[in-house]
Amino acid sequence: MNPLKYILEKEFKQIFRDPAIIRVIFILPIIQLIILPMAADYEIKNINISIVDRDHSTTSNRLIHKITSSNYFKLVDYSGDFNQAMTGIDNDKADLIIELPRGFEADLYARKEAKLFLAVNAINGVKANLGATYLRTIIQNYNNDFRIALLTPGRFNELPVIETTSSNWYNPRMNYKFFMVPGILVLLITMIGLNLSAINIVREKEIGTIEQINVTPIKKFHFILGKLIPFWILGLIVITIGLFIAWLFYGIIPLGAYFTIYVFAAVYLLVILGMGLLISTYAENQQQAMLISFFLLMIFVLMGGLYTNIDSMPEWAQWVTKFNPVAYFIEVMRRVVLKGSGLSDIKQPLLIMLIFAIVINYWAVISYRKRS
Amino acid sequence: MTNKAIIVEKLSKTFNGFKAVDEISFEVGRGEIFGFLGANGAGKTTAMKMLCGLSMPSSGKATVAGFDIYQENESIKKNIGYMSQKFSLYEDLTIRENIRFYAGIYGIRPDIIKTKTVQLLTQLSLEKEADQLVGQLPLGWKQKLAFSVAIFHDPQIVFLDEPTGGVDPITRRDFWNMIYDATAKGITVFVTTHYMDEAEYCDRVSIMVDGQIDALDTPGNLKRLYQAESMDQVFLQIARKAKRTE
Repeated sequence: MNPLKYILEKEFKQIFRDPAIIRVIFILPIIQLIILPMAADYEIKNINISIVDRDHSTTSNRLIHKITSSNYFKLVDYSGDFNQAMTGIDNDKADLIIELPRGFEADLYARKEAKLFLAVNAINGVKANLGATYLRTIIQNYNNDFRIALLTPGRFNELPVIETTSSNWYNPRMNYKFFMVPGILVLLITMIGLNLSAINIVREKEIGTIEQINVTPIKKFHFILGKLIPFWILGLIVITIGLFIAWLFYGIIPLGAYFTIYVFAAVYLLVILGMGLLISTYAENQQQAMLISFFLLMIFVLMGGLYTNIDSMPEWAQWVTKFNPVAYFIEVMRRVVLKGSGLSDIKQPLLIMLIFAIVINYWAVISYRKRS
Repeated sequence: MTNKAIIVEKLSKTFNGFKAVDEISFEVGRGEIFGFLGANGAGKTTAMKMLCGLSMPSSGKATVAGFDIYQENESIKKNIGYMSQKFSLYEDLTIRENIRFYAGIYGIRPDIIKTKTVQLLTQLSLEKEADQLVGQLPLGWKQKLAFSVAIFHDPQIVFLDEPTGGVDPITRRDFWNMIYDATAKGITVFVTTHYMDEAEYCDRVSIMVDGQIDALDTPGNLKRLYQAESMDQVFLQIARKAKRTE
């Protein structure tokens, strides 16, 4: 174990002498964790709505008031002309048009039904879909209110209304930040860990020191371990900073134990850093290493279950995510933070990560050749 | 134990059909300064890398310090020092830290590292600069330091790949004095160079052309054989025969 001590000493000195690494490790997580969760919001607000009101009645006014006071919609145009509203959609100024036809109120009272027209600008599919759904909900609520007002007391409701009430378990207030922040933290340590370790051995190849190392009787296993341990410790430090920020800025305190998160993270980091070192042994220069790690990160992030939902992917894609360490950690992180899962609950993903770690690091030791 | 430090028999290295080193054979005696000359692309560095265990030979046999280059690769590494063409100390570490690191991975005892580091720094008169980053040193000093680090673990043989490239004549002179000091301690020196005045300092020289050794003898004998006044002329006569270019 003696040579290992000298490698570790050297790696730590080099890391703490490199201002870029220090910045990446300490400043990047702080900024990312503060900015990203604010911006990466699943709720859609500020949907631009254009209202064409041909009725100008009390009923139409009330409905319009309900829509505009809902916080989700921004009234960009109010007129009696559909063509004018359509120009708004053509110019991308409006996302939705709602048209209330002439006689809207009269029909409602006389024939007990009225029609209105909804046009959606589907260029941004998510926004259009959600906007239309919100609007439908508002109209439905209004419809119910209206119906109740019409009913004479004492009489049975001739049309029974089925209403769904839902309660959200584990994240009762549906605070998306509780959902996003732990996930972003996972992406963050993945990114830092993979990139730093991927360029490490390659850098020694570029400056030529690897040759000098390779003519020494150093054991491959010691060399890889000497590269792995410093970044492993740094990774755990980054997680600590991240969890601290999650508490400080978002008041997120895991329902489960911090210990559980650290146990999983410790194994997870071995997987990520092992991948980085593996890339490093294959790549000829830093550019190649960066490109490969960027490519992997892209897949890991997009198939990780944070920005995309794994359960709604096609089956083959769900199989791919089984090889994505990020997906496991995000899942575990959420379970521990929101559900309070303990070590026994995450046994399976932990075991899988352990197997990943062993395979990848073994591979890295083998593919690092002292003799070409 | 033979009295030969290196024995090479028909050693070859082929890259995708290209014979970088083509069946070379030679022997280097213990304590000898062996000059390994040749034009750029003649295959010197490849041959040297095979002997150091950095490159796997395609065929042939060789022993270095009595160990077989195929089977006992890691034992060879304990017994050799190597200084590559590229400067190979860590520029972001100090002189003292570089010495400590390399000595440490050779498994030298910490108390010995300490005393030998003091000796070395005094010898190089770098006591004051010991805690400066290596990157800030002038090239000549870096090369001398790299050589000292390469022989810090008292190897039997040291391989030097163009150790004096880009260095001024005075530093080169100093450098060769260090090489003589090393041979006085019994270290065999295997050196490549492009400076023909340095070739004259060697006990024996070989000249490689197109992956093969074309000439091998003492500088004096070679000059007589090629009826030349200097090694420079000998080299030009032999190296001009080369057919392949870089």
